[in-house]
Amino acid sequence: MWNSPSEFFAMGGYALYVWSSFGICALVLLLEPLLVRVRFKAIVRRLKQEQLAEQFDKEIGK
Amino acid sequence: MSQVNNFSNHRLINWFKLSSPSTFYPVAGKLIPFFWVLTFVFGAAGLWISFFVAPVDAVQGQGYRIIFIHVPASWMSMFIYLVMAAWAGLGLIFNTRLSAMMAQALAPIGAWMAFLSLWTGAFWGKPMWGAWWVWDARLTSELILLFLYLGFIALRASIDDPRRADKASAILALVGVVNVPIIYFSVKWWNTLHQGASVSLTKAPAMAQTMLLGMLLMALCLWMYTVAVTLMRVRAIILEREAHADWVRQSIEVKS
Repeated sequence: MWNSPSEFFAMGGYALYVWSSFGICALVLLLEPLLVRVRFKAIVRRLKQEQLAEQFDKEIGK
Repeated sequence: MSQVNNFSNHRLINWFKLSSPSTFYPVAGKLIPFFWVLTFVFGAAGLWISFFVAPVDAVQGQGYRIIFIHVPASWMSMFIYLVMAAWAGLGLIFNTRLSAMMAQALAPIGAWMAFLSLWTGAFWGKPMWGAWWVWDARLTSELILLFLYLGFIALRASIDDPRRADKASAILALVGVVNVPIIYFSVKWWNTLHQGASVSLTKAPAMAQTMLLGMLLMALCLWMYTVAVTLMRVRAIILEREAHADWVRQSIEVKS
């Protein structure tokens, strides 16, 4: 169907519309799990810090 | 504890047990890679068909290929809303924490799907209709769906007590369900610029088989993606909300 890569990227003159649609979708779909990962790591880090603080308090109390 | 749960122990999977965040958390963690694999398999097959197998459209040329992301994103935006409202409703009826957490985890991905539906629609409308946006019934009701998602998220964020936020946002989600059939049937009920349904359950589709297959594969890809991301987010939400439960403290053991 496509005779050359440049023909593929030109999308029959609709390059702007086709690649903006697919590009933004790819961007959003890639960013979303990365942001969730950041959120997950942040809560794990907070929980670990809280535990460390508690351990520290116990040791001081002894 | 085991005494209480005995009545359902003969089942293959004990669903009542799974409704507790502490048992669901590790199960969700094990399922995530599986759904990522499915996402990539369906995505690769769907994109291959979208760009290299499906024939060029007689009227719209190559520009029609936006359909392969526009229609699946629109389907998912409506489907996720129904699932989110169902979880929110279950949380309201059975007062289960995990149901409300599932609804909470689904809202952002649903909002993104609604946004992508509108965005790709604009980039399809411009070359074909000559306008990025028109106040058409289909487009307007989809925009309202995006606002419903954002309203759900904002309402949750504005209430400090998570259990009260669960109840208030569940009611908002359930009231908003009325918008989903409005979106779906808008092209029938009103005279819209937007074309009618591309795929109908009752009629044979009026499009090439390969085009239909491409759309279905892309929809499956987004579906599996949604499950994977939702499971990831619900795990973060569980840790945030159950931070002071013993099982969380034990599973996040600090090496000292």
